[in-house]
Amino acid sequence: MAVEAQEYRIRPPRRTPLAGLRRALVPIAEARGLARFMLWLGAGLTACFVVMAVFAPVIAPYRFDQYQSGSNRFSQLAHPSADHLLGTTVQSTDVLSRVIWGAQTELKVVVIALVFSLAVGVPLGLISGYFSGPLDRALVLLMDALFAFPYLILAIVIAFLLSGGIGRGVLTAAIAITVVYVPQYFRVVRNHVISVREEPYVEAARALGAKPPTIIRRYVFFNVVQNVPVIATLNAADAILTLAALGFLGYGIQPTDAAEWGYDINRAVSDAASGIWWTGLFPGLAIVLLVTGLTLLGEGLNETVNPVLRRRPIAKVDMASSMEVAEV
Amino acid sequence: MASQGTSLKRYAVTRLVLVLPMVLLLLTLVFLLMRVAPGNPISAALGGHAPQAVINQISNQLGFDKPLYAQYGNYLWDIVRGDFGTTITDRRPVNEIIATNGAATLELTLAAMVVAVLVGIVLGLVAGRFRDTPIDVGGRLFGIVIYAMPVFFLGLLAQLVFGSWLDWLPTSDQASPLTQATLETHTNIFVLDALIDGNWSALWDILKHLILPATTLGLVTAGIFIRLIRVNVIRTLKDDYIEAARARGISERAVVYRHAFRNALVPVITVVGLQLAQLLSGAILTETTFNWPGIGHELVLYIENRDYAAVQGIIVIFALVVVAVSLLIDFVNAFIDPRIRY
Repeated sequence: MAVEAQEYRIRPPRRTPLAGLRRALVPIAEARGLARFMLWLGAGLTACFVVMAVFAPVIAPYRFDQYQSGSNRFSQLAHPSADHLLGTTVQSTDVLSRVIWGAQTELKVVVIALVFSLAVGVPLGLISGYFSGPLDRALVLLMDALFAFPYLILAIVIAFLLSGGIGRGVLTAAIAITVVYVPQYFRVVRNHVISVREEPYVEAARALGAKPPTIIRRYVFFNVVQNVPVIATLNAADAILTLAALGFLGYGIQPTDAAEWGYDINRAVSDAASGIWWTGLFPGLAIVLLVTGLTLLGEGLNETVNPVLRRRPIAKVDMASSMEVAEV
Repeated sequence: MASQGTSLKRYAVTRLVLVLPMVLLLLTLVFLLMRVAPGNPISAALGGHAPQAVINQISNQLGFDKPLYAQYGNYLWDIVRGDFGTTITDRRPVNEIIATNGAATLELTLAAMVVAVLVGIVLGLVAGRFRDTPIDVGGRLFGIVIYAMPVFFLGLLAQLVFGSWLDWLPTSDQASPLTQATLETHTNIFVLDALIDGNWSALWDILKHLILPATTLGLVTAGIFIRLIRVNVIRTLKDDYIEAARARGISERAVVYRHAFRNALVPVITVVGLQLAQLLSGAILTETTFNWPGIGHELVLYIENRDYAAVQGIIVIFALVVVAVSLLIDFVNAFIDPRIRY
């Protein structure tokens, strides 16, 4: 009896700095079935690319723009072989190295774009949703206008305009992508704030005399921000496709600055006519795998974190032992 | 809340009035974006080596030397009159670009939409009907992979397989040079032109050129339809009226095909509309991949030449098309579903 009671004792919350993080991660550890599979497969795929990106200088056999080793120039459009596992391009660069260095470019751009769009979209959504009024209406109209626009044209135009000022680097690509995704964060956060704003605990805080900045910071923010990781992961997948599309059209990153998968595929289109498949296939596969990984991760997170979709393991009731307890 | 007096006509008028601020905002956005760009647009378009006199002359023609508010006024007035400007680099009216290149884009996007809807409806219905069977898993997997597939990569694979290895289909241009030279233009939409003249050999040639780009763009778009229709079929099959139909002894076949599928397809209309706008993004990429002379391909070329007037004109067209399509979809929805009218 005493043992039983101890097992069901509620543990007091630990006051360590990591306690909050641990609590947030509980649903992930509890994930079961398809959600668990998607989550781990997605996380694994994504992790592979992150490792590739971070350790590109170590993993890649050559530099992304290296076309000779010593004084020995690589052959053009060479078939995959022992020297060049995935072959070479028309500029004699190594396809494998370009794929690996490309991961680094994607990671840089996507991280910067995510930080920017969170930094702009979330505060705007909080303020707009909490205060409503004419500012809210104006922002909604503006964001809807941006959202209605075909995303790629928006990104191209922004990249085109920025390229005159700050050149065609990682930053330009990241800002172009940011402009595409800010409306999405804005919408999600704003709509959520509007429903949270009327909750009793927010009203209670208001009744206690808390000022709007305090209410937003301490009560609204943490309730709204829970959705953001899911959207951020799914948007990261989308952002990679957008970056590749920009690169494909020639508005991405300057080819001399970094390797970029979309640009490589563009160059490969002219190779395809003569049946050369390795220059385009591998960068393309890299995009497909990374985007699939991020999508699975996002969908898996959604199914584990979102209480509506979450399926918790049901603890088995041990009838025999509970009967014994009753008898005692 | 559908009040009794709300007619379709009144809804249409309200919706039309509401769309005006959106159009004005989009147009202003385009105008401002094109003006904040650093550097002189005209010298940029002419390659930076043009003599000052020429630059001044063109500036004057285009009204670039007037104050900003006057330029804005002219810009809006021109659009109201249906004049979208003239390109700086090759002095081509934007209206002409819309007529010829826009028709090519229309041909491609409509064909792609047909592919997307067909593939999406068939796979979505089957996946939803046979939920959790290998067919369903296969359909969902296809949906995920196709979503992750950049349209230009799929196009490249299609070119490799069907163009280069099997040598079945052409991989670039809208028609062979011979067809382009002999085809008489009526609508600028090649398929229609060939049909009007009954020019069957040309039609065959045009269709062969259309297959790969349209299938590529269509398949990528089909992913969203598969997902949507599958979920709808599953939800509809759980509805009470389906249970009632079964209880009346109607065969499962008839229940599924006559009662469930039709209702599951209603939300597709909305998504077709939304996708049509996003299809423009995919069209730019497909056009570049297959060297298709569409308006998106043209936009890319003008951006390369830093032709501000052309870029502005084409983007204004895109904005107007997007607004018009969303308006049209709302009308169709209101027509079908009276609950939407307000």
